[in-house]
Amino acid sequence: MSDPLLSVRDLRLGFTAGRRAKTLLAVDGISFSVGSGETFALLGESGCGKSATAQGIMRLLPGAGRITGGSVRLAGEELLNLAEADMRRIRGARMAMIFQEPATSLNPVLTVGQQIGEVLSRHRGLAGPEAAAAMAGLLKQVGIADPERRLNEYPFQLSGGMKQRVMIAIALAGEPELLIADEPTTALDVTVQAQILDLLAGVQAARGMGLLLITHDLGVVARMANRIGVMYAGELVEVASREAFFTAPQHPYTRALFSALPEVSRRGHPLLTIPGQVPSLEAMPAGCRFADRCGQVMAVCREHSPPWREIAGGHAVRCHWQAADDGEANGSPGKRAELQSPDRHLLEVADLKVHFSIRRGILQRTVGYVKAVDGVSLALTPGRTLALVGESGCGKTTVGKAILQLIAPTGGSVRLGATELVGMKPRRLRAVRRHMQMVFQDPFASLNPRLRVGEIIAEGMAALRVGSTADHGPAVAALLAQVGLPAEAADRFPHEFSGGQRQRIAVARALAVQPELLICDEPTSALDVSVQAQILNLLKTLQEALGVAYLFITHNFAVVEYLAHDVAVMYLGRIVERGSAEEVLGNPRHPYTRALLSAVPVPRLEGRPEAIKLPGETPSPAKPPAGCHFHPRCIHASEACRRDYPAGTRVSETHTVVCHLYP
Amino acid sequence: MLAYIVRRLFYAIPILIGVNLVTFALFFVVNTPDDMARMQLGVKRVTPEAIQKWKAERGYDKPLVVNHGADGLGMVTDTIFFEKSARMFAGDFGRAEDGRDIAREIANRMGPSLAIALPTFILGLFVTVSFALTLAFFRATAFDFWGVVVCVAMMSISGLFYIIGGQYLISKIWRLVPISGFGEGLDAWRFLILPVVIGVVSGIGSSSRWYRTIFLEEVGKDYVRTARAKGLPETVVFFRHILRNALIPILTGVVVVIPLLFMGSLLTESFFGVPGLGSYTIDAINAQDFAVVRSMVFIGSVLYIVGLILTDISYTLVDPRIRFE
Amino acid sequence: MMGFQVVLLWSDLLIWLLVAVGIGVGVFIARNPPLLAAWRRVGASRVGMAAATVLLVFVVVGLLDSLHYRRQLDGKPGQKASYAVEVLSLLDAIAAPLRSRNEKTYSEPFATRLYAKETVDVPGRGQVREYPRLKFGGAHLGEREGEVAADVGFTAFRAAVIGVLAWLAVVAAAIGAVAWQGGVSHGEAGRRIWAGETRFAWNAVLATLAAVFLVVVPLLWLAGGYHVFGTDKVGQDVLYQVLKSVRTGLIIGLVTTLVTLPLAVLLGIVAGYFRGWVDDLIQYLYTVLNSIPGVLLIAAAVLMMQVVIDTHPQWFSTAAERADLRLLALCFILGITSWTGLCRLLRGETLKLRELEYIQAAQAFGVSSWRIIVRHILPNLMHIVIIALVMDFSGLVLAEAVLSYVGIGVDPTMVSFGTMINNARMELGREPAVWWSLAAAFAAMFILVLAANLFADAVRDAFDPRAA
Repeated sequence: MSDPLLSVRDLRLGFTAGRRAKTLLAVDGISFSVGSGETFALLGESGCGKSATAQGIMRLLPGAGRITGGSVRLAGEELLNLAEADMRRIRGARMAMIFQEPATSLNPVLTVGQQIGEVLSRHRGLAGPEAAAAMAGLLKQVGIADPERRLNEYPFQLSGGMKQRVMIAIALAGEPELLIADEPTTALDVTVQAQILDLLAGVQAARGMGLLLITHDLGVVARMANRIGVMYAGELVEVASREAFFTAPQHPYTRALFSALPEVSRRGHPLLTIPGQVPSLEAMPAGCRFADRCGQVMAVCREHSPPWREIAGGHAVRCHWQAADDGEANGSPGKRAELQSPDRHLLEVADLKVHFSIRRGILQRTVGYVKAVDGVSLALTPGRTLALVGESGCGKTTVGKAILQLIAPTGGSVRLGATELVGMKPRRLRAVRRHMQMVFQDPFASLNPRLRVGEIIAEGMAALRVGSTADHGPAVAALLAQVGLPAEAADRFPHEFSGGQRQRIAVARALAVQPELLICDEPTSALDVSVQAQILNLLKTLQEALGVAYLFITHNFAVVEYLAHDVAVMYLGRIVERGSAEEVLGNPRHPYTRALLSAVPVPRLEGRPEAIKLPGETPSPAKPPAGCHFHPRCIHASEACRRDYPAGTRVSETHTVVCHLYP
Repeated sequence: MLAYIVRRLFYAIPILIGVNLVTFALFFVVNTPDDMARMQLGVKRVTPEAIQKWKAERGYDKPLVVNHGADGLGMVTDTIFFEKSARMFAGDFGRAEDGRDIAREIANRMGPSLAIALPTFILGLFVTVSFALTLAFFRATAFDFWGVVVCVAMMSISGLFYIIGGQYLISKIWRLVPISGFGEGLDAWRFLILPVVIGVVSGIGSSSRWYRTIFLEEVGKDYVRTARAKGLPETVVFFRHILRNALIPILTGVVVVIPLLFMGSLLTESFFGVPGLGSYTIDAINAQDFAVVRSMVFIGSVLYIVGLILTDISYTLVDPRIRFE
Repeated sequence: MMGFQVVLLWSDLLIWLLVAVGIGVGVFIARNPPLLAAWRRVGASRVGMAAATVLLVFVVVGLLDSLHYRRQLDGKPGQKASYAVEVLSLLDAIAAPLRSRNEKTYSEPFATRLYAKETVDVPGRGQVREYPRLKFGGAHLGEREGEVAADVGFTAFRAAVIGVLAWLAVVAAAIGAVAWQGGVSHGEAGRRIWAGETRFAWNAVLATLAAVFLVVVPLLWLAGGYHVFGTDKVGQDVLYQVLKSVRTGLIIGLVTTLVTLPLAVLLGIVAGYFRGWVDDLIQYLYTVLNSIPGVLLIAAAVLMMQVVIDTHPQWFSTAAERADLRLLALCFILGITSWTGLCRLLRGETLKLRELEYIQAAQAFGVSSWRIIVRHILPNLMHIVIIALVMDFSGLVLAEAVLSYVGIGVDPTMVSFGTMINNARMELGREPAVWWSLAAAFAAMFILVLAANLFADAVRDAFDPRAA
């Protein structure tokens, strides 16, 4: 039998902590192989060791990293005992790697050409016009127009997607047999993600490369992978072909990952969550590492680490439990207790504008404006959830902050109940702040590390004089109970909690002043899927119990489908389509909404029937295109689109679209 | 980019005016000219006439800011502020206590100051950057550890010790070069070598450690990992990728002092008897020659601001993000 | 019994104020787990704790030298008591022999005779040029001048034995403390200290203390009979001068921060948090101050201060008071000229912090700006302030020497490393050279600054989030 392209056997690696030189194993004996022309996806949540595995294969571990055992063979050649100089001849030539953050992975002071040329001269001995031709060819191959000009540009002159294309070009320059892609699209918008995934699939097919794809996204796996390995706490727990993986996942962890995904079919049902958290490297359980969080746990699980068990050809699982073959435990599409939408609006935003001035020249005169938010109108009724969806830079977060008056709006009106907030005096505004609060995106930046959790939660009550100081103690305890944390948490500091727990604390802080409106700014995008499910469930129960209205700012359609009653889609500072969730998601009218929906990779075997690919990337809000902002990327663009910004068209009572296609 | 530089130039003007006002306040408002006269003439047994004469000789007998006795423009120009402070913008610094023209003295003394400061600066930069680069290259090894230990020890030694010890050891015990003095022409190197070597050695500790930190900060960045993933040898990674990026923060600290090299070093020049601006300043301080000290403060600030502008310009050369702004 | 009058110099007041602040901060830290954790990391650093031990020795000397009094002059009973003009400190009282046993001029360390030949009348031989016998140095040997080496060696050995015994007492106390804290036997506690398994770096502290005891005890013991570091031009003991210099160095290094910190912290945070014209103004202020080369600004300010002091002699009742005020003025000037760096750092950091989500959450609650600054911004900048504080100390001690040398430092009558060096530097040119004053001053300064630098490194490693 010939050797597979990449074969990893029993790889162990870890990180030394402190001078005691105790190595904590981050990856503990994993084995898999990648064949030529095959895409193997290594799937796992943050901290499971998947990126360390990739770096270990390249022998690019950071300073504290050590490979403690196992074997990595590239086409039969053992890499782990190669001299460093020989390893350098393989890196970049026979195997190449691309990274998650294209923004920081390119050298900021070298041109694109210099950075690609390095590989050409090092591994292929190309220089001068030969190299220039090769570079232009590579850029063309990764879909960059006008390659000759781009070669002389610096990374900061390129957009995010373009940088990742350049990274891919650098990786391809050495004509590698194996490409390792470590979360290559996580930092990118969905429409750009779709482009990059297509590009990767295309070059892989054209060159017959092996592709090792590291990802946490089941949708990306479904789009790309031939075979999948699931990692948990430094171990592989299941290896399966694409078909087997999506039709008959075996390991309880894999199954849990699927059930934790928010989807339209699960509306009205709480999501299945994985309790607890991944054990820390210092305290790995002796038996199965998933035992403490597993629904099917048995006595044997806690004592013996399960051996590999072959289910079918190429499908193996490390679990003591034998799944009864009941397929996916998917709930039937839920009936939702529809709230009648009362006529009274809690929040009414009309023609909201937030412009930032651009200053240039010697005297720093204002030469233009970044129209971050340019005439947004929204309405939200009590107890309902409005999702504000859009890609990065569309101004959705600015809308949230402008509603809260954290950023002073340039124009327009924000009415909460009967009160107009725009232009209100700061002192009077304080009284209104009781009624609206915000939950932020980053659970690590949203809690002051120097304050105890109790102090953090009580801050709003003290500032807005909710209850007397004596009441704050019991109130904090009640709030903690409400968000599912023990009362002792009040005396501890934020760093003692995990990301999901911190987000619960942030929710408790916002609820402390009993607001009627909660603005949630991407509250789950920094969290793993299983934790995201916990927070979504919490938000849902809280809404049912307290009748809070949510303005849910997100880029994640799955979350929107699961949670939202109403949806508004934003593009370059304006809302292009809004309506009820069923209308917008089920019957999208605006070409941008359609493209966004179809670009989201679906975690199922059968993808979307039709895939609309958007060319290009979102332009800068400083110079939005004339006419309809979307026309340069729109396949239906007509002369009218280039000339005039369209007026809104009512599709139904609640459904509005802003597009020339619907006169 | 041109607009950027012009903007920085304009920005320098209010700062210069501020510096001028600060020195004016320090020299004429904190103490009145009467106080200075009394100090210079001896506190006891000084007659009002002597004070008046002393002030008149130096032009300190005018009103501070506004002369109500004069007409028209004279109200502003016939004052201490205009004569002593504002005119410094035109390069007119007045006369020192010994009656010599300060501006000419400064012009004469810049040469010797530069003759020592420039080689010290260039050699010092070369030595410290190379040492720091070597330490960063061998990071987390015993060499790095002991290198840092040596740096910390060297930066804990007083600058005075380097000079006194160096003079004693090299000139007095070994008799390799003259202890002090200054010569013109080709012969000058015998006098230059000792102060330059001492200047370089005394700077190694703190500068190398600082540059090493900068290098190590760059080593941890993502683009370095990309460069390694290309299979580049470590030397290429260092000299092509890391060095270029580390140059940007290093430049901030380095370019700004280049104009100040004209001012020379107070300590070195006074120890080695170099007739430069540093020893000029020290002598003025010891003789309490306020006019000279005031002029040096102003010139020093002008040179510093020139340094700031040079820093901005050098940024545009090394950092494409600013060049294409 | 002799009466005395307590004299409270301004610098004494400030330095004891600093001690009080230090204790207050210590209590505050003990109640704040995140800060306590950072200081525990400092405590676990071997190098840091060894350096801290050395620093502690210097601080004790400096504090002893900061309790001043004036002795009552002998008078008839019933008369109103009058007090000596000379202001003495507790250190002077302890080191009275060192202070009072002045020779005529230079003498080498452990010498029994002066360093310069003099013409003396010897009965029977007429006038002879010879090295005269010292009045105090080695006086107890009488005629046995040749036995200096043996006497010194024997005395040092005896003192070292006593030093070791004292050290063993400290070790026993440390073992007791560890045993009591960890609830283990004394043997186990000793083993843990030896193996470095304690959370606090006891082994480093004890090893440093051993070195300190082995050097200091014999040195002080010998100082009773000899001038261990020699004497200077006017015959004063150099060891005494070194001890007196410590306080000057500490005051320069510590009191200056009392001026720097409030300015830098307040202006830096205000500029970064409020931005707009406040920021422009503060930035302008520190760019202007920063533009004037430091030494020149200090020189100009010190010259002006001299004029003020010299034209107002009636302000000061004793020379000590004048020197003391001049020292404080120097600290003030150093503070005014050195707050800009920290201010800029804090401004930049505040600009970053104010965009963080927990600040926005507080703003969403309508928390007032000053409350946000005190509750959210200041505590998250403390690590920078602490790092800057310990890093500046050594720089200031070194700066004092240079400034005093240039003539713009402390009062020439005040003993400091700078004035010691300044007074002695020309003597290297003599034949044979007089080296001991310089050597003693440089060595003491090196030990102090090195300890401060190493401690600063340990603090920075423990507090800098990037290093963690």
